[in-house]
Amino acid sequence: MEVAHLQRRFIDLTTTLFQQGILDNQFIQLQQLQDESNPNFVHEVVSLFFQDSEKLLNELSRILDHQIVDFKIVDAHVHQFKGSSASIGAQRIKDVCIAFRSCCEENNRDGCIRCLQQVKQEYCLVKSNLEDLFRLEKQILAAGGSIPTMQ
Amino acid sequence: MATSSSSTGVDKLKNKLRALVVDDNRMIRLYMVSLLKKANVEAEVAEDGKAAVNCFLQGKTYDIILMDKDMPQMDGVQATRILREMGVKTKIVGVTSHSTEEEKREFLEAGLDDFFVKPLTSPQLIELLKDVGNK
Repeated sequence: MEVAHLQRRFIDLTTTLFQQGILDNQFIQLQQLQDESNPNFVHEVVSLFFQDSEKLLNELSRILDHQIVDFKIVDAHVHQFKGSSASIGAQRIKDVCIAFRSCCEENNRDGCIRCLQQVKQEYCLVKSNLEDLFRLEKQILAAGGSIPTMQ
Repeated sequence: MATSSSSTGVDKLKNKLRALVVDDNRMIRLYMVSLLKKANVEAEVAEDGKAAVNCFLQGKTYDIILMDKDMPQMDGVQATRILREMGVKTKIVGVTSHSTEEEKREFLEAGLDDFFVKPLTSPQLIELLKDVGNK
């Protein structure tokens, strides 16, 4: 595929992710930290985010499956998830985590379960879109092009 | 001691500062270390408060410590308190997802110099390092 076409798709996808609030400026901050001395930085950070998030989401599902819930533990996991999602610029995940923590404070198990479903949906959305973005990056580089810089 | 140039970028700081990043989350550590390296700051990491205290017990010194709050073994509040009791004067900055006033007050009272909600951004780091450089 033509480099210009791939670059256009990359820009369109990134723009859409920002317009829909799926990503925020923190993701640009990550991209700006990537350079020749650290060429896979964004991919490395995001991969760690995926690995840790999946562990956390599984653990949250397990805890909330029980009728008696230790909301302090749930809150600690959600707190961690909020920090890591904010650090990669996954804005909508971070926003759901804020609501999730409120449910923990109220010891509201049903609310927590609803938030968990929401956070899982947002996580899947971020994951599939970022995987698409990384795939496009690879194709652009393989075709001899450079990755467009987002402002 | 570092001095800043007239440029606003910390990459122009002349002498290398040393930072200790204390966080149990490996993704956050990777991010913070890259942020610091971009700012020409030498960074070391500690996975929790206990490891951070051990760094000082081993005689290591830093110009700034970026400290998370909730960590296993020893949290940031306890580690900050112990470091101050040990007489450590290094600037300690809390960087945490926790943002309620009570949590912030508890952390500050333990001996923090400053507090930020994650993620620490490049402009925030620039300001912090200018302060360290001017000390």
